[in-house]
Amino acid sequence: MPNMSLKKNEMPAQAPDVRNKNFKEVALGYTAETAVDEAKRCLNCKHKPCVGGCPVKIHIPDFIAKVAEGKFEEAYQIIQKSSSLPAVCGRVCPQETQCEQKCVRGVKGEPVAIGRLERFVADWHNEHSCDLPVKAQPNGHKVAVVGSGPAGLTCAGDLAKRGYDVTVFEALHLAGGVLVYGIPEFRLPKAIVQKEIDNLNALGVKVETNMVIGKVLSVDELMDEFAFEAVFIGSGAGLPRFMNIPGENLKDVYSANEFLTRVNLMKAYKEDARTPIAHAKKVAVVGGGNVAMDAARCAKRLGAEEVTIVYRRSEAELPARREEVEHAKEEGISFKLLTNPVRILEGENGFVGGMECVEMELGEPDASGRRSPVVKENSEFTMDVDCVIMAIGTSPNPLIKSTTKGLETQRWGGIIADENGQTSREGVFAGGDAVTGAATVILAMGAGKTAAEAIDEYIKNKK
Amino acid sequence: MYKIIRKKELNPTVTLMEVEAPFVARKAEPGQFIILRVDEEGERIPLTIADYNREKGTITIIFQIVGGTTERLNRLGEGDCIQDFVGPLGTASHVEGLKKVAVIGGGVGCAIAYPVAKKLHELGAVVHSIVGFRNRDLVILEKEFRSVSDVYKMMTDDGSYGEKGLVTDALKALIESGEQYDEVIAIGPVVMMKFVSLLTKQYDIKTVVSMNPIMIDGTGMCGGCRLTVGGKTKFACVDGPDFDGHEVDFDEMMKRATVYKEFELHEREKACNLFSKEVK
Ligand SMILES: Cc1cc2nc3c(=O)[nH]c(=O)nc-3n(C[C@H](O)[C@H](O)[C@H](O)COP(=O)(O)OP(=O)(O)OC[C@H]3O[C@@H](n4cnc5c(N)ncnc54)[C@H](O)[C@@H]3O)c2cc1C
Ligand SMILES: Cc1cc2nc3c(=O)[nH]c(=O)nc-3n(C[C@H](O)[C@H](O)[C@H](O)COP(=O)(O)OP(=O)(O)OC[C@H]3O[C@@H](n4cnc5c(N)ncnc54)[C@H](O)[C@@H]3O)c2cc1C
Ligand code: SF4
Ligand code: FES
Repeated sequence: MPNMSLKKNEMPAQAPDVRNKNFKEVALGYTAETAVDEAKRCLNCKHKPCVGGCPVKIHIPDFIAKVAEGKFEEAYQIIQKSSSLPAVCGRVCPQETQCEQKCVRGVKGEPVAIGRLERFVADWHNEHSCDLPVKAQPNGHKVAVVGSGPAGLTCAGDLAKRGYDVTVFEALHLAGGVLVYGIPEFRLPKAIVQKEIDNLNALGVKVETNMVIGKVLSVDELMDEFAFEAVFIGSGAGLPRFMNIPGENLKDVYSANEFLTRVNLMKAYKEDARTPIAHAKKVAVVGGGNVAMDAARCAKRLGAEEVTIVYRRSEAELPARREEVEHAKEEGISFKLLTNPVRILEGENGFVGGMECVEMELGEPDASGRRSPVVKENSEFTMDVDCVIMAIGTSPNPLIKSTTKGLETQRWGGIIADENGQTSREGVFAGGDAVTGAATVILAMGAGKTAAEAIDEYIKNKK
Repeated sequence: MYKIIRKKELNPTVTLMEVEAPFVARKAEPGQFIILRVDEEGERIPLTIADYNREKGTITIIFQIVGGTTERLNRLGEGDCIQDFVGPLGTASHVEGLKKVAVIGGGVGCAIAYPVAKKLHELGAVVHSIVGFRNRDLVILEKEFRSVSDVYKMMTDDGSYGEKGLVTDALKALIESGEQYDEVIAIGPVVMMKFVSLLTKQYDIKTVVSMNPIMIDGTGMCGGCRLTVGGKTKFACVDGPDFDGHEVDFDEMMKRATVYKEFELHEREKACNLFSKEVK
């Protein structure tokens, strides 16, 4: 008998006033009982619309059926066939615009909590199963992966499962990409990312950190001198954009990348951290995506009294995950919508002393259907802030392009690749944010997966 | 892990280390730098590649003990390992085609200026070196610098060694005496580079400075190292660290460098306390 409750089972969470002072995970996850109960809300639809909404096509009703029966490890095995980082995706995917948006139960009431169930299953597996993955028989071929974000890790894992000798080259001192330097601990505990990387190591994937490809070694050298038969580029979109407004180089104006790297990768939030960070009192975060929400919530946890999201469109256009916006509000982050900064004012000793903004209104829908914001006349006003974090987007770093012969890119920097990840260079594949510009974890994983297949084809056909 | 195979104290506050880092040594060029992390909890700090040996696969760094991290680094000895050591980063100095150059080094900046002077010398350029130190005890790399210089001028603030005065005094004297330089390369404290640039602007001599803003990743992903050059924002770790001295906004740069002053003071105290406990 299915559970006909119109609402999802709540996921327990730390109380807002407690969690906005620590970096521990906010959402605490389902218990076995709530997971089973939630799973029973699934109707096991024949036409499975939810699967169509999932970028990597997880067999959603099948795994949920196993959860309903209490067979959690079997559920994991089903997810694992399609997704290599379920503990991550269950936490960070924007389910409301993917699988859950298509769920039949969502027509009347709330959709099945597919993300929370995925997360539960993956956590259960990580806690209870100690089976090491089985290493594949080596096939004698070498592939290099540049970048250890979700795209690179997924590609590496899939190739290793096919017997390839895979080496991942990572520029930073820790593997994980945005999962370690961007998304904060309170949303994605770093132990979970490490666990996924340990699993890859067990499959035989080697990870070489401190290797900036384009500087230390070029893609051409990897292929010519080090005999990698193919290279996958998953270098992400880590180049921060600034607004180019006056005052942007004042002290305590950060790019979100710098702020989050200091907080997450360098653990600047810890009492005894050696990497410094501003502990400002009144922080403005410019932007409305996940990056802005993360930066704002980190600033709050570092002790800021007032944190304000400044976004030039309205609430409906906020690109962040719904859940993060809700969480941010509960934690006391304020939102100044339809507002755009024009100048950052200098305070004492070259620090930020305020921010001048204008109000915006939404104009007529443009060709893409989006209503673009226009400045309201004579609407200037000054915000009292002592720190500004710019979270207005990133683009791919030009380093790989500028050092790889014949690699074609879009004008904005994205690597040009076909639907299989093949670039303009033979044997060179690419995927994730490096190709699409800043997108999502699951799309990066999907791209890594597709490219692994294409690389396998390519190498098999070559001999 | 990157092993320290040689350590030498050049003066009471400046240390040289030769570190095993074969991948960095393969490609290193003068003007480039590395980023290191001393240990698991460490912060990432940039240091210039002072020398390299491609055959041995080693990189030499020379650093001044100014704060917590350099203090901790200096506590490591031969045979110890540095946790992370990534490079070569930044754009190499453009030295090809120069015939006559004045290379100016201030304090520990001499460690950065020396490999540039050496490369120029190897390429057959005439090298006039002007180095400045606060006093005699702080002098470093004198023998090395002399051996690659056609003219070598030593200046100290208090006159305890060489001539008394600033590097700008010596540069001005050389220019006034009729020396003509294709380029002036100045490396040292920001104030020093600022005043060298102001001086050479009067004579319209192209001047290159090596900027050392605060860095984190060193690969262009954060913009922490940004500065204004010719009215535009540049990232020193990828576009530099060398820039046209007549275009750099030195005042902004000096302000930005002090952003973590309080934290740094505190960190240094911690590192020192830790040290005194250990030696007890
Ligand atoms: C703060 C923040 C929050 C986000 N929140 C969400 C969310 O909630 N849900 C969601 O789905 N998505 C979210 N995203 C987006 C998501 O994280 C990215 O789309 C995804 O990580 C892209 O994966 P990737 O593998 O393409 O690149 P990345 O994760 O960016 O990884 C690229 C890796 O390559 C390395 N690299 C770069 N250049 C080189 C080089 N030359 N040599 C060697 N290594 C190199 C980088 O250091 C990095 O480790 C968020 C992003 C940010 C920044
Ligand atoms: C590209 C580049 C190359 C460099 N090469 C060398 C080198 O070859 N040898 C060397 O001794 N130093 C070099 N530096 C400076 C070196 O990075 C700093 O001295 C070091 O980061 C200080 O770390 P700390 O924790 O010991 O001191 P901190 O506690 O960080 O700082 C102590 C004092 O140093 C100042 N300071 C902090 N960061 C910098 C910085 N990046 N540049 C200048 N002053 C700073 C602070 O204002 C403070 O007064 C270089 C910097 C850059 C950006
Ligand atoms: S659409 Fe919803 S109810 Fe139907 S199978 Fe998918 S998750 Fe279950
Ligand atoms: S140090 Fe981060 S961009 Fe230069």
